[in-house]
Amino acid sequence: MATAQSAYTSAQATPLAGVPESSRHSAIVRVTHWINALSFFGLVVSGFAILIAHPRFYWGETGGLGTPYVFELPLPYMKGGPSGWGRNLHFLVAWICVANGLVYALSGLVTRHFRRRLVTPNENYDVLQRMAYLSVIFGLLPFLTWTGFAMSPALTSLAPAFVTSLGGQQSARTLHFFAAIAIVVFFVGHLAMVYASGFRKQFLAMIFGKERA
Amino acid sequence: MSDVTSRRKLIRAGLGAAAGAAGLATAGHLISKYGMIPPDHYGPYGIGQTLTYAAHRILMPKQTLAREFDRSQISTIASVNGLPPATDDYKRMAADGFADWRLTVDGMVARPLTLSLTDLKSFPARSHITHQACEEGWSFIAESTGVLLSHILNLAGAHPRAKYVMFFSLPEKGSPLGKKWGSLDMEDAWHPQTLLAYGMNGQDLPLDHGAPLRVRVPRQLGFKSLKYLTRLTVTDTVKPYGKGWGSSSPERGFSWYGGI
Repeated sequence: MATAQSAYTSAQATPLAGVPESSRHSAIVRVTHWINALSFFGLVVSGFAILIAHPRFYWGETGGLGTPYVFELPLPYMKGGPSGWGRNLHFLVAWICVANGLVYALSGLVTRHFRRRLVTPNENYDVLQRMAYLSVIFGLLPFLTWTGFAMSPALTSLAPAFVTSLGGQQSARTLHFFAAIAIVVFFVGHLAMVYASGFRKQFLAMIFGKERA
Repeated sequence: MSDVTSRRKLIRAGLGAAAGAAGLATAGHLISKYGMIPPDHYGPYGIGQTLTYAAHRILMPKQTLAREFDRSQISTIASVNGLPPATDDYKRMAADGFADWRLTVDGMVARPLTLSLTDLKSFPARSHITHQACEEGWSFIAESTGVLLSHILNLAGAHPRAKYVMFFSLPEKGSPLGKKWGSLDMEDAWHPQTLLAYGMNGQDLPLDHGAPLRVRVPRQLGFKSLKYLTRLTVTDTVKPYGKGWGSSSPERGFSWYGGI
């Protein structure tokens, strides 16, 4: 709850007079949101570049041409090209995404942002929205990181359970793909909600902090 | 704002900047000293390559072992990329059971070596059943048999200040860049699973899989397990080779480190 003193100061300093403190996006939420948005595009594009070298999915430890598979995407096999820069970009962006995600998650816990906005009922988000955000932040994103780690032959030498608990290296790859699809679906839903509630207003709010113009 | 508070702010900012600069310099010194900067740390992806490589070297200082599997888990189909060299020399050697083939070991070693396949097979053999994943996404499990690279490094007397082992090989058929070559840092070169493999699944190494000799590095992606080896060079710098990025893979757009 803002004190009278700080409400007076913010009315003087910013054009956000009259907007309750509780329904504005904090600076850390806004900064991490846009870094996350860029990371999302970087990871989807580079993930696709890796995938297209071998757009076929398996279950268990191993799989390749000539072995049983789960499903295949109707895409050409592009060998020896995009997967190179794709993997380089994927890991560069993954570092940024994970670091950014940790800053967001820690600050959200410390400032009680998660509790105020996503756990307890509030005027900003209904129960479905809160559940969607919570499951993406604490479920899907950690799962994507985990399934990514599970494909690393070096990291699984440190902790084999990373991959054995998922049923094998190829299972990890398939699950990583499904989780990525789920994130893309969430993104489409997120954009639809932003449109439905006024794209310009929400877009500016995520830049300047104001939710109700 | 009073002069006192602005001066305090200035001092605090100055101290912060100095601490930050000192911290960065120390970190830079440490990661360089402990070999945490990969040869391909240049370019737009260099920061990502360096972070991944340094993180792995910090997380796995004790030479952790890649997962090993049961004989029953060996794959019936083991795909390859890259075909055996198409040269007459290679075909003649292959027809002759590679009797004329030699492996040269040179560089920062006390005793340069020239080894035949028979020599290699006379050394203590080690086998492991490991997972081999191609960077494209497919994978198989196979048994590799050979001599530990560490055995050869001891035999040749690798210099303690060496930082890399370079691998040179015969050109694969249809390879656009001709010969493939690569390198491992000493951490992976001395690793207790890094093999110079002449056997696969109980047989001689098949031509497709790099006969007569390939390296097997099970903690890294398949492209680091170079096939058709002819020469190992122990060195403290990869700069003189190609563009100086440690292997032919970064020149083709792939990373030098394959531990991902």
